Amino acid sequence: MPSDEMWINMGPQHPFNHGLWNLRVKLKGETITQAEPIIGYLHRGWEKMVENRTYSQIVPLADRLCYGSSLSWNHLYCLTAEKLFGIEAPERAKYIRVAVLELQRITSHLTWLMAVGTDLGSYTIMTWSIRERELFLDLLCKLSGARMTYNYCRIGGVRNDFPENYERDVNRTLDEFERRLRDLESLMDENEPFLMRTVGIGKMDGKTAMNLGLTGPIMRASGVDMDLRRLDPYEVYEDMKFEICTHTDGDVYARYRVRMDEMRESMKIVRQAMAEAPSGPIRVKAPRCPPKGNAVCHVEDPRGESLMYMVSDGTERPYRLKVRSPNFVNLSASPPMLLGFKISDVPAIMGVMDMCIGETDR
Amino acid sequence: MSQVIVYDSPDRSVEDVTNDIRSKFPSVEVLKVAPRRMHLRAPREVFLDLCKFMKDDLSFEHNSCVTPVDYMDHFTVVYHISSWTNHIMAEVQVDLPRDDPTVDSITPLWGGANWHEREAYDLMGVVFKGHPDLRRIMLPEEFRFHPLRKDFTVGRRV
Amino acid sequence: MSNLYIELTNFTEWLLGLVAALLDWTKLGFLSDFGDWLQTAPVVDFVSTLLVAVIFLITAMMFGLCFIWQERKTLGRFMDRRGTQVGFLGFFQNFADGIKVILKEHIVPKDSDHLLFELAIFAYLASTFMLFGCIPYSDNFYVIDVDLAVLLGIAIFAFGPFSILIGGWSSNNKFTLIGGMRAAAQLIALEIPLLLCIVSVAVLTGDLSFVGVVTWQEENIWLIVPLCIGALTFFIAAIGESERIPFDLPEAEAELVEGWATEYGDVRWGLQMASDYFRAYILCGLFTMLFLGGWAGPEFIWAEAWYLSKTFIVFFFFIWVRAATVRIRTDQILKLGWRRLLPLAVVNLLIAVALKVAGVF
Repeated sequence: MPSDEMWINMGPQHPFNHGLWNLRVKLKGETITQAEPIIGYLHRGWEKMVENRTYSQIVPLADRLCYGSSLSWNHLYCLTAEKLFGIEAPERAKYIRVAVLELQRITSHLTWLMAVGTDLGSYTIMTWSIRERELFLDLLCKLSGARMTYNYCRIGGVRNDFPENYERDVNRTLDEFERRLRDLESLMDENEPFLMRTVGIGKMDGKTAMNLGLTGPIMRASGVDMDLRRLDPYEVYEDMKFEICTHTDGDVYARYRVRMDEMRESMKIVRQAMAEAPSGPIRVKAPRCPPKGNAVCHVEDPRGESLMYMVSDGTERPYRLKVRSPNFVNLSASPPMLLGFKISDVPAIMGVMDMCIGETDR
Repeated sequence: MSQVIVYDSPDRSVEDVTNDIRSKFPSVEVLKVAPRRMHLRAPREVFLDLCKFMKDDLSFEHNSCVTPVDYMDHFTVVYHISSWTNHIMAEVQVDLPRDDPTVDSITPLWGGANWHEREAYDLMGVVFKGHPDLRRIMLPEEFRFHPLRKDFTVGRRV
Repeated sequence: MSNLYIELTNFTEWLLGLVAALLDWTKLGFLSDFGDWLQTAPVVDFVSTLLVAVIFLITAMMFGLCFIWQERKTLGRFMDRRGTQVGFLGFFQNFADGIKVILKEHIVPKDSDHLLFELAIFAYLASTFMLFGCIPYSDNFYVIDVDLAVLLGIAIFAFGPFSILIGGWSSNNKFTLIGGMRAAAQLIALEIPLLLCIVSVAVLTGDLSFVGVVTWQEENIWLIVPLCIGALTFFIAAIGESERIPFDLPEAEAELVEGWATEYGDVRWGLQMASDYFRAYILCGLFTMLFLGGWAGPEFIWAEAWYLSKTFIVFFFFIWVRAATVRIRTDQILKLGWRRLLPLAVVNLLIAVALKVAGVF
């Protein structure tokens, strides 16, 4: 190896990687010529573990896949299990789920923004988005009693209905957040150093992104109008009116913009779902053992397409439960984004990816 | 500035696409067809050709997931392949004998399958022929077992 | 208040006279001779210089710590939080931190170059502490007032990157190596505009001692008015020189962990951290002295208070910049230094020369 090149291990303990993973980069000067993400430091054997749990025991475990967006994993598990059991959640539960999922999406995006802030060296962005996130954590805490791992969805519905005056609280929070979101955006969009760090960095075009299996905001930032809420609607997303946010540049700035716009759209969906939710039961009884067979479900996680494939052998425990984590694939596609950029760009490129190792390693 | 690729309404129906596959590959068994879903079972000999056909002619752009399942007497690798253009998710099952769990890799077609196949190799021991970099991904290199197999047990509770 | 040095000389003479009288009282010949020697001019001069140095070091370090406190509280307000709450208004946080780093174990990496590893950090700290001596607080309160005090200060400043490079290299760590390289490249790129701004000040005032520069500004006008471009250039370059966000690349914690100081622990790291603020304090002092008229101001409060309050205001702007921006990349800093700040500094120099030639001042 020439003396002006060196391998650097950015991880598993490194300030830029949120979670335990390792990014090996080969530097020529400060330019990256080769990159290799290494994962597995947080592998808990989740898929093996759930084979020894009953279906209802897995609901809180699904929360633990990702603390940043635990509700969407929780919901995905319940949705897949419902399919396997051959039952369907009542109409009101579906609306509640949609509203809560979008609240969770906003929370997750704010957590992401916090991480981007620290990665780029601005603690103001971090503290501001943490402050905003607290509003939504309060809402979700009021609903489910927990701040992070909600354990809210159930096979066949949701655990409890909205608490008293919940719709009023949510609307108030959303009004307040809409105002603060403008502040937050002006902190970044009108900030020359922020633009210097993000525009034109980590470019990836739509065709490559599609081939590499990218999904979610990163994919939409590359100019592909791909959103499972529209392409393969689940729950009641068919009835919701919202835009799918896309951007054509495919760089870090585009990915940032897509997520910021998505928060606005999520707010719209929350308002709609809250207003249109019919009254009725929120849960149906699920049998203890599902019939023999398999079921598959994929939903639009805040990070991309997350999928669960479940095989049942007719007993009270799943025979096989496979999780497709969006981050797992997005991370595998990261080396082409990094090549040719400087080591200083690594936090920017990997930061907007919204890394969550809990769901990547499982 | 390039254009946004938009997938607003499906180009072709599921039945249409399924019929194409039926006529081209008679050995592929169609298990079930549902709205936006297609369940197939393919012998491993024609699997790679099927995938090529699906990608090039039926515009299946995206590989969602590769799932190996251990059914004790045989392995089944389940591929979830999505077509954004037609709004279809196809589920392709490939049965492999237990003593020779080898199947063609689809990583050359869909780069997104890369780590899924590595994970399947790591945890279940399925070997993907033609994979560019088939190493363990979650577990250390020197690990001697494939822990997701059903005959790998570590006590009562894992 | 008369000159600090003269005051302290008088005090030393009195003190040493007291000691000599005590020794004389013992009626022992050699002790009386020793007492006489104590009262000679070189000894008095030495002791009073030492006293001046100690007083300066302590006051400057105290103000440096006040800067840390100011940053913690102001940054907290920018971020919609309260900042540190330890002790009265958070003043004791620094002492808590100090006690903590002093109690830490001193660790030297096994494969590092032990001698250089130990020396580099002290070279860095020594250059910082030497700088304290170059900055006067008023025309009465200073350590030295040589004719080239400004140049001397900048020369000591330029010693910093050298020790950073050595420290980063000797730690035998890739992150520290990159951090050291970055520090050297960045500080050189920003030092030249900085020096050119100082040259323009020298052209207008015809003096390179701080007292002379400030006296000129007292008689004419604060230099920030004619040399506003230079003041801006100096301000940006000063943020870079003190390695603060947005120019804190030598220790960019997102990519380089703790930059060139990654391998340093215990009180060495604590002093290095504080040293960043000491340097920021010195640069704010330089800015005040060169462009804001130093200690000049209405005489209802002390001149030193004028000087310090101006310094704190300049540092407030440093904090503001930090709160508003993100860290930029190495190549962007170098581009900024060579392509933007250098031409601006040259333009500023031309303005200064034109003003001088036209006889405005």
